[in-house]
Amino acid sequence: MTRYVLRRLAIGILTLVFASAVVFFVMEILPGDPARLMLGLNATEDAISALRQQMGLDQPVFVRYLAWIGGLLVGDFGRSYTYSVPVLELVTERAAVSLPLAFLSLILLTVIAIPVGLFAAARRGRAADAIVMGLSQMGVAIPNFWFALLLVYFFAVWLRWVPSGGFPGWQSGLWPGVKALIMPAVALALPQAAILARVTRGALIDVLGEDYIRTARAKGLPRNQVLWRHALRNALIPVLTILGLQFAFLIAGTIIIENVFYLPGLGRLIFQAITQRDLIVVESVVMLLVASVILVNLVVDLSYAIVDPRLRGAR
Amino acid sequence: MNAFRKFTVATAFGAVATFALPAHAARTDLTLGMVLEPPHLDATAGAPAAIREVTYANIYQGLTRLDIDGKMQPALAESWTISDDGKVYTFKLHSGVKFHDGTDFDANDVKFTLDRDRGADSTNSQKQLFAHITDVEVVDPLTVRITLDQPVGNFLNDMARGEAVIVAPESADTNKETPIGTGPFKFDHWAKGSEITLVRNPDYWGTPAQLDKAVFRIIPDAAAAVPALLSGDVQAFANMPAGDALPQIEADPRFKVVIGATEGETILAINNGKPPFDNLKVRQAISYALNRKDIIDGASSGLGVPIGSHFSPADPGYVDLTGMYPFDPEKAKELLKEAGYPDGFKATLKLPPPPYARQGGEIIAAELRNIGIDVEIIPVEWADWVANVFKQKDYDMTIISHVEPNDIGIYARDDYYFDYHNPKFNAVMAELDKTTDQAKRLELLGQAQRILADDAVNGFLFELPKVGVWDAKLQGMWPNWPIFANDLSEVYWED
Repeated sequence: MTRYVLRRLAIGILTLVFASAVVFFVMEILPGDPARLMLGLNATEDAISALRQQMGLDQPVFVRYLAWIGGLLVGDFGRSYTYSVPVLELVTERAAVSLPLAFLSLILLTVIAIPVGLFAAARRGRAADAIVMGLSQMGVAIPNFWFALLLVYFFAVWLRWVPSGGFPGWQSGLWPGVKALIMPAVALALPQAAILARVTRGALIDVLGEDYIRTARAKGLPRNQVLWRHALRNALIPVLTILGLQFAFLIAGTIIIENVFYLPGLGRLIFQAITQRDLIVVESVVMLLVASVILVNLVVDLSYAIVDPRLRGAR
Repeated sequence: MNAFRKFTVATAFGAVATFALPAHAARTDLTLGMVLEPPHLDATAGAPAAIREVTYANIYQGLTRLDIDGKMQPALAESWTISDDGKVYTFKLHSGVKFHDGTDFDANDVKFTLDRDRGADSTNSQKQLFAHITDVEVVDPLTVRITLDQPVGNFLNDMARGEAVIVAPESADTNKETPIGTGPFKFDHWAKGSEITLVRNPDYWGTPAQLDKAVFRIIPDAAAAVPALLSGDVQAFANMPAGDALPQIEADPRFKVVIGATEGETILAINNGKPPFDNLKVRQAISYALNRKDIIDGASSGLGVPIGSHFSPADPGYVDLTGMYPFDPEKAKELLKEAGYPDGFKATLKLPPPPYARQGGEIIAAELRNIGIDVEIIPVEWADWVANVFKQKDYDMTIISHVEPNDIGIYARDDYYFDYHNPKFNAVMAELDKTTDQAKRLELLGQAQRILADDAVNGFLFELPKVGVWDAKLQGMWPNWPIFANDLSEVYWED
């Protein structure tokens, strides 16, 4: 088990090193000069070169790469070209929106998807199953920004229960912050829940065909107990795999939802940084995201071992 | 999506009408929506218009300013004299002016600012505004004398620009994060990615502002702008990305829609240095092939005034040259034949991300194909456009809006991406630069516009509109954008 974890960690670090080189040099190859973008079309050449110098862009590529990596190792993520503030400060502010949103969505989607999947699997082939699966098919097909707009018009414009978007900041209190994240979380979670519910149902149906389920039923266990105690636990591995992927998506893949609700999250930060060629922000944020995906994958792998005792000694 | 939006907007309107808010007794706060977030708040460093949309006349002030009608007025300078040769400006400054951090404003701040803007390390995005200044002299604390190397006809207007505002040596280096100026509003806080809050400056030297709080909220997505307005979360958009929802908003008595002018000349830029575009007949053919009305309908929801040269119809000196190349595809084909391209030729059209370019590009490509030019559309990212089209001149044609005020002079720049060189035009520009007599200036501007139209340098399309949308009770908002600014000093709520 320890060796397994160590091996996974080593692979994770190698992935990080590789990713750092890829992201840095891809950003270098992309056309676009941050100084020229900042100063616009009417700028004089000497103003642009003065700014390039202030940004440190007059240094050779390898020097900048090594300086950046060296900084990362000691926790210095550099300074944003466009915002002129430390990258870490920017990222912390944005993560304070993105991470709570991701967790809230994750909880919602799990709480919805697993019971729905169980319900449908238990009634496989019957009308209830067909209705639930039909609804989830819709959930998979509906684009989340469309669903988000529907929520905005209903709850913010018509009922005026919640603001139409924006984020007041945690300094204005827990409830205003959470309130601003409810609609985005629902908009993110429902389509994902539809996917997960289908996976849960599929995995459960496979398991329900196994011999040990018949044995459990034969020895007189009630249906529900068989479902929750024997079937679900055995069906969890594919469910956890999908859940891990979904969590990674929820951290950084939410730019469309962030735009619809004008939330200052990580997705928007990275999108802005790419369009403005704020190279250092793109590079550092991508590294953080790579690291968090590696971490999520590690947690998922470890949770396999918790769910399935057979995996504990094996690797 | 569109059908859905129309449906929901319509439903929402019906519903909201029954939920009208109780009448408020003259409120004193305002939340404005804006699409792009400023990267920082130092108006003297950086081109993004959003910087000055927040700061101009609110936080920072210059020696002069532009008012709601776009006219130049005194600001920090209460009066001035100009020497007979037009080269020496002596400004008398207001007394008792303080920066927001409590430090005094005086002639030394003016000298510091202008020296910094024109110095070797300057990162001012409009450094050329200061190019003719040779000396800034502090005569006494309230008098400053600026010497130029030649008369500059537009100097007082140049000093009213958002890039020419006066900053203090104590705070200049930290203005990006905590802007310190002399204006009627003070910077309060900036929740990055979300909103920027200004509050009234209680120690303001002039007439105090009527609003006590102004919030600039960043709403990057057009689809989110409409519900933000309808829900009352945002009460004004100086320039709203309303799209298809504009007719519904116009029909709602709670809102006022004011379509104004900007300084954005939207053009089909042509690489004049690259064959076959170096041939005047080819460029004229392109001009005849363009149907401005269809382009405006498609690229800008029918809003925007057609132009026939590189000049804003809102500015004095404008000459209407739209009749010079009326839409005439047959004439265009004939000109192509005369130019030696009876079967047309292949060309590329690079389109940056703004909707006017991407949507207008489809229409223009179709119109050019109609006269035999086989146009290939290449969408490019903004950074790519600046690096390759603008800097490297690696393009045949592109669509872009030139948003800087009074920028007809770019056609006289030697290394500009149009690759256009006409000594006659350059001579007119040089003359204009040093002419201070207003009538003479307007005449020269007219000549310049005609030369550009004669040479069919670019396809001149339309002036970008400013789609102002705000609460019907809100007064004092600027209808036009002679410069990018949301001057809130005289904005108030009607009871």
